[in-house]
Formats: sequence, structure tokens, C-alpha cells
Amino acid sequence: MCRRLTTISRRFLLVAAIVSFQTAHAEYGINFPPPAADVAQEIYDIHMLTMQIATFLLLIVFSFVIYSLYFHRKSRGYPADQNFHNTWFGNWSWVMVPALVLGIDLTIASNADTVLKKVWEVPKGEKLMDVKVTGHQWWWEFDYLDYGIKVESRYIPEEKSGDLYLREVDNRLVLPTGTKIRFLHTSADVLHAFWVPELAFKKDAIPGYVTETWSELNREGVFRGQCAELCGTWHSRMPLVVESVPPEKFDAWVKQQQAIKVAAAEEASSSKAWSKNELITKGKELYETKCGACHQASGMGLPPAFPALNGSAIVNGPVADHLKIVINGKSGTAMQAWGSLNDLEIAAIVTYERNAWDNKSGDVVQPTDVKQAR
Amino acid sequence: MSYTTAINDDAHHHHNPTGWRRWLFSTNHKDIGTLYLLFALSMLFMGGASAMLIRAELFQPGIQLLDPDLYNNLVTNHALLMIFGAVMPAAAGLANWMIPLMIGAPDMALPRMNNLSFWILPAAGTMLILSFVVPFFPGGGSQINTGWTLYPPLSVQVGMSMDFLIFAIHLLGISSVLASINIIVTLLNMRAPGMTLMKMPMFCWTWLVTAFLLILVVPVLAGGVTMLLFDRHFGTSFFDAAGGGDPVLFQHLFWFFGHPEVYVLLLPSIGVLSHVIPTFSRKPLFGYKSMVGAMIAVATIGMVVWAHHQYTIGMSLGAVSYFMIGTIIISIPVGLMIFNFIATMWRGAMTFETPMLFAVAIIMMFTFGGLSGVMLAVVPADMQYHDSMFVVAHFHYVLMPGAVFGLFAGVFYWLPKWTGHMYDEKLAKIFFWVNVIGFNLTFFPQHFLGLAGMPRRIIDYNVMFTEFNVVSSIGAMIFGFSHLLLLYIVIKTIRGGEKATAQVWEGAKGLEWEVPSPPPFHTWETPPSIKQEQQ
Ligand code: HEC
Ligand SMILES: [Cu+2]
Repeated sequence: MCRRLTTISRRFLLVAAIVSFQTAHAEYGINFPPPAADVAQEIYDIHMLTMQIATFLLLIVFSFVIYSLYFHRKSRGYPADQNFHNTWFGNWSWVMVPALVLGIDLTIASNADTVLKKVWEVPKGEKLMDVKVTGHQWWWEFDYLDYGIKVESRYIPEEKSGDLYLREVDNRLVLPTGTKIRFLHTSADVLHAFWVPELAFKKDAIPGYVTETWSELNREGVFRGQCAELCGTWHSRMPLVVESVPPEKFDAWVKQQQAIKVAAAEEASSSKAWSKNELITKGKELYETKCGACHQASGMGLPPAFPALNGSAIVNGPVADHLKIVINGKSGTAMQAWGSLNDLEIAAIVTYERNAWDNKSGDVVQPTDVKQAR
Repeated sequence: MSYTTAINDDAHHHHNPTGWRRWLFSTNHKDIGTLYLLFALSMLFMGGASAMLIRAELFQPGIQLLDPDLYNNLVTNHALLMIFGAVMPAAAGLANWMIPLMIGAPDMALPRMNNLSFWILPAAGTMLILSFVVPFFPGGGSQINTGWTLYPPLSVQVGMSMDFLIFAIHLLGISSVLASINIIVTLLNMRAPGMTLMKMPMFCWTWLVTAFLLILVVPVLAGGVTMLLFDRHFGTSFFDAAGGGDPVLFQHLFWFFGHPEVYVLLLPSIGVLSHVIPTFSRKPLFGYKSMVGAMIAVATIGMVVWAHHQYTIGMSLGAVSYFMIGTIIISIPVGLMIFNFIATMWRGAMTFETPMLFAVAIIMMFTFGGLSGVMLAVVPADMQYHDSMFVVAHFHYVLMPGAVFGLFAGVFYWLPKWTGHMYDEKLAKIFFWVNVIGFNLTFFPQHFLGLAGMPRRIIDYNVMFTEFNVVSSIGAMIFGFSHLLLLYIVIKTIRGGEKATAQVWEGAKGLEWEVPSPPPFHTWETPPSIKQEQQ
């Protein structure tokens, strides 16, 4: 509580300092960040155009209102003009005003339409790099379909991410510059939305749908965004971080990821019998990243939405039931199917859960058991 | 004039019950209007309390006061209480009080139904509040963390509180459809002889259009949430892709209701302004006919642009182009309305009593909100704005001036008529300034937050968003607490004060200003005759 108070007061001082000194290095933004793609630049421009038109109109309206407020008041002895609405102006303004507004509307709409076409239609007949972006409660999965690699991206707790808390992830979405990239958006559970302001678009991730967007990054950098569609409890903890790198660096990264994948697959398919301790160590780490958001590292869950696994009947009951719910999930609830994890990973998590906290079953579940259960 | 004899007119067998019976069994439009207004006022405070909790949590980055589900529950609850609990009932209260007085009718056309449409509300309100509190009881399931849009699949995951909410929405819908039928029948059948439709006071016109809108769109929402209920409990999969359904279908149904709903909230307040501005400018409303036309145009176009709330779902190019252009086109009739208001002030002899202060503030702030609406309509740019704090700022800039401040203007304008006492002008002006400054302090900075990348509906945010959130939260506290002053002024006026004349305001014109203040229990038992002068 005391620490909170001091942080609050520290922030207050910061605000006061910024307000009074107008520091040039203020970290907050008041407009879109500089775009990182040509199309994004056009979106930025259309945003600025409509904002300028809006500001201009606002000024006109305000000046008329303020003029009138000042001059047409009783206290200045202004006599009300009872026939103003019957003058030619009164009789024809219903045509003139709409015509004027229509003109402005058409200016905006025609400019917007040109940009819209470019944003909306993924270039045809060209080689595109496909990245499938799947929203999960509460992490992102990026499948590089052309390279057979998959990245899981999760927020980093405040202790480790500091000032980048909620803007930094464990594994970033690494993308090459100068390459046309097609994003395929979908979701494994509820709605989410992909939003990285530098790319200047947002697309919903909808279960059962695959929607497309595209982009071609024109500069290197790290671009930070967040999930933008309310997706339940930890909606605030779904940052999206794009790392834009030159193509050579990207290729190197791809090779590295492929090597990691091969190694993991080998490890999982080896017929080795794992010791309880090995499984528990592996399982603890996996559990805390993948299951911790709902069931909590403490195993206590967040009831009633997310049940505790500590003392849970399923976790302390037959292994088969436990494996079943992990592999298949439970439809209509936030418990998704984790069948895409490999046998070793599931075995490790299940072994860990059955022996963690107050759960003392002593069971050891081997990858071969998982294989059978699938 | 017949009102003077009304109370003692035994030949008509008026039974004026007293005590609680007077209210429970009431078929009197004035009493029912009062009930609606009191109900709305109490909901305003509840909805306001949830909003202040939300802003208190967002005052600092990190999670301080609430847990994430409670936060989202409050977000949901705030929207529903304000829209269905505060604004719509308040507008219905004004309609009940004023429409019969304005058109020279003795009461609403269907007085018993009027009683029913009000008394459904407390039941609906109870269900709504239960949907919020049930999760705090053992076995109550999880909280509603979906926002008022209730999008599946998230809304299918929620516990039983969602079912309470679905039934609350059904009840609220029934209540507003009944009230709408009553208003339409009253306006079409009960106008004083000689009052043609084109002589009808503008507030009545706005309610006529609103009532039609409600009847057209509320059943669609009711259908949508019923399908949701079936998906939740009866194994259907209307909205479940795994069962061949479509989660986006719900969004279309919701916004087919949701977009016209904003005009439902807006139009009655436009009606209030159409009386307040001429009164305090001391000249007739500019462009009566174009106002009626603009309103019908807004309602009609407003029915067919709903999907501009869903630009990011991946519609075809043709579909988004259509929805973009349709939405931008709405600026034409809305622009005309604002123009007419300014032209009414133009060359008037204005004075600035509280209703007029609100009216002027509305014109300015609503124009601002309308213009940010045009920005949002532009699809490519909306790919950025969508679901960010920019949207939150925008819709509060249209709904607060466009609906709530309009109702405040109406309350101050007619309070002397209802109570027979003038309100305390000095206090009311203080309320106005604190309220409007608090409002702008709360919502103006949110535009910047949205542009800088802060999504809406998040409980926790990165430190880069701190500064504007601090300002916004301070504004929200000022704004929120200012309403206690409103409450005090209203109570004070009911209990006493300077006696109001029948006309109340120097420039006021219309039948409602010909009956005494406060009006007797029954008015216009013999319809007045309409003079030719009204244009
Ligand atoms: C998005 C939130 C979420 C995540 C992440 C999640 N679960 Fe669950 N889990 C749930 C929910 C909700 C239930 C309750 C389902 C029900 O209603 O029966 C549940 C139930 C369970 C149960 C049954 C518990 C009981 O007593 O009924 C087990 C076991 C389980 N989860 C294991 C896991 C494992 C292992 C992981 C990680 C690989 C995981 N969960 C990740 C939400 C989640
Ligand atoms: Cu999400």
C-alpha cells in the first residue's frame, strides 16, 4: 500500500513536471506513431486530411456561434429578428446547407476510397509471405506457413518487463522489410483483434473465419501494439510486438527457429523414459507460461471463472480424465484444447499438475501415455 | 379553458388515489412522467458510480482497485444502466409529461398501458442489477466481462449472470415498445383540433420518429439475445462456428439495433433543444420543415449503416464502401439540424438561463463529436481508431451532449412547469459549468490516448498512457460528483422556491405554457383551439 502511494505520488510529480515545463522528451503520444509501410503512410495521410477538414469546419461553426453569442443578446439590446426564417435565406438554406455538406462529404469519401482499395485488396499474382495470426485467450500464435515455424507470443510480467510492461512479449513477431506479407487472421476461442499502429490497420480474429490483411514494411524497428477486441479477463495482457528486420537477418532467424523446432521434435519423439524430476521441471515451466494466466502459478485459479487445479477432482482422479480435458479442452468454456502441444509437453504438464502444490498423487505420465490417450 | 374546473369535476368520476396507490395504479401521464424521471435519476447515479469506479481504476497504470472481470463487469453495467436505465426512461418521462400538454390532449391515448410500460422498468432494472451482483453469491458463476455489446463466443462463456441480463434486455425492450406504441397513438390521434402534423411542436415530432425507430429495432435485439440464450442453454449454434453458425451474425443483429439506438437517444434531446433555443433567442425555430425532414432522413439512413461498427470483421470491399459512404452521408441531415439551431440563435435576443447554456454547449460539443464521427466513418482511418480510446471519446462526445445534456436542458426548462417553483438559477449555473468542464476534462484527453494506441476496455495499461489517463480520471471525478449538485437543485426546487408563472420563460410559446405551473392533475379536458399563428 505504501509503495503504491509513493508510486502514485511520483507519477503525480511527473505529470506536474510535464505540465509545467512542457518537456520536449515527453514519452506520451498524441497522434499515430510514424507509419512503417507505404500503405500505412497513406492511411496516416487520410487521417490527417479528415482531421484537418473536421478542425476547419469546427472553427467555422464555433465562430458563428461565438459571434452570435456576443452580438445577438438581449443584454446588448439586440432586437430579435422575427422574420429571419422567412427571408430568402430562410427559405433556401435547406438546399444550400446540404449541398455544401455533400461537397465536403464527397471530398472525404473520394479520397478515402482510393486508399481503401489499396488497403483492402491483397495484391494478386505476386509472391507473398503468409503469416497466420491466431488469437488465443491470452496469447498470440504466429504460423509462418512458408517456413513451417510457429511462434507463441505472451506478455511479460511487470517484474521482468519494467517500463515495457504490456508492450513487450517473450517471442516477437519477426518480419522482413521490403517483403509483401499476407496476414491470415483467425481465433482459437473468442474474438480478438490484431492491432499494431505502425502497420495502420486492425483486423478481428474470429473463430471460424480466416480474414486477410497485408503489409510491406519499409523500415526496420520494433513496433508495439495490443489486442483490440475485448477477449475476457486478461484482454489487457495481449501485447503484439513486431520486429522488423532486414531480409538477411530474417533468414538467419528462420534457420535458428527451424533448428529449435527440429531439436524439440527429436526430444519429444525419443523413446526415452523420463524421470519424474525431469518431467516436473519441464512441466512447471510449461505450466506457468501456458496455463498460468487462468489456473495461476499457485494452482488456485481465479474461481468461479477458472477453477483451481490444486485439489481439483480431475487432477487428483484418473490420469485418463486428466489427459482428456487437457487434450480436448471443454467446449463452451475458456478451457481450450491443448492437443497441439507435443506428447512430451503434455506429459510434463500433467505430471507437474499431479504433483504440484497439495496434489501428491506421485503419478508419472510418460509421452507414450499421451500418445495412447490421443 | 377547462383546466380550472378539472379537479372538482365530479361528473367525470375522476378518482385521484392517494399514497402509494396513486403511483402504483397511476394512469395519469404527469405522475407516470414523474415516475420515469425519478427512475432515470436513480439509474443515472448507479451508472455514474460504475463509471467513476472505472476511472478510479484507470487513474494509474497497474491493477489497483478492481480485478479484471469486475472491471469488465462495470464497463458492461455502466453502458446498460446509462442507456436503458437513465437516458431512455428520462426521455420517456419528458414525453409523458410534455406530449399531452403540448398537443392539448387530456392524457396519453392508452393510460393503462402507460402504467404497464413504466412498471416493467423497476423489474427490468432489478434484473439488470442482479446480473451484476449474482456472481458475488456462492454458485453465481462468472461475471459479465463482455461489454454491453455481448459478443459471442465470449458471452457464451459467461455464467448465469448473462441469463439475467438477457431477460433484463427482454423486459426493457417490452417496456420501450409499449411506450412507443402509446406515444405514436397519442400523437396521431389526440392532437387538438386544428393542430396538423406540420404544426405539431418539434419535441413531439422527434418522439414520433424515435418511437417508430424503437418499434423497428428493439425486436431485432430481442431476437439476437434470444438466439444467444439458446446457444447458451439449448444446444443451438447460431453463433458458434464449430456448429455451422456465425459469430459475426450476432454483431449484425446487435448493431442493427445498436446504431439506430444512438438516434433513439439523440432525437428526444434534439426535440428539447428545438424548444429551448427559440425560447431563449425569443424568435421562432429556424427551418421547422427542414428540421422534420432532416430528422426523418437521419432515422431512415441511420437504419441502414449499422456495419460501420464492424469495419474490422473482414467484409468485402463493396460492403465497407457502402457503409462508409452511407455513414458519411448522415452528416448532411445532422449538419442541417445544427445549422438550424445556429440560425435560430442568429439575430435573436438571447439570454442565458441554464437550459440555454446547456443548449449552446450542446451545439458546440455535439458538432465536435459529430465531426470525429465523420473521421471514424472513413474506413482506412478507422482501421486505426476502431476499438481504441478514440472511439470512447467520440461516443461520449455525441451521447453526453447529444442525449444527456439535452435531457438536463429539458429538466431545467420544464422543472418550473412541473413543480410550480423556479429552480435556483445561481446553483444551476454553477452545476452547468462544473459539469461541462468536468466532462471535457474527462473525455478530451481520451482522443489522444486512442491515437497513441491505447485500446478500450483494458483494466491495465502501459506507463506511456499515464498522463492523459490521470487527467481523464480527475475530470471524471469532478464530472461525477457534480451530479450531486443536480440532485440538490432538483430536490430544492420540488420543495419550494420562487413561484413560477404559467409562461415561466419570457420567450416561451406553446400550449404547455398556457396551463398553470404546476398544472392541475387533469389538463386539457376540453381541447384548446389552435390559433393560426404557429408556423
Ligand atoms: C483461458 C483460460 C485457461 C487456460 C489458459 C487453461 N485453462 Fe484449464 N480450464 C479453464 C477453465 C475455464 C476450466 C473449467 C472448465 C469447466 O467449466 O469445466 C478449466 C479446466 C481445467 C481442468 C479441469 C479442472 C477441474 O477441476 O475441472 C484441467 C485439468 C485444466 N483446465 C488444465 C489446464 C492445463 C494443463 C492448461 C495449460 C496447458 C490449462 N488448463 C490452460 C481455463 C483455462
Ligand atoms: Cu485478445
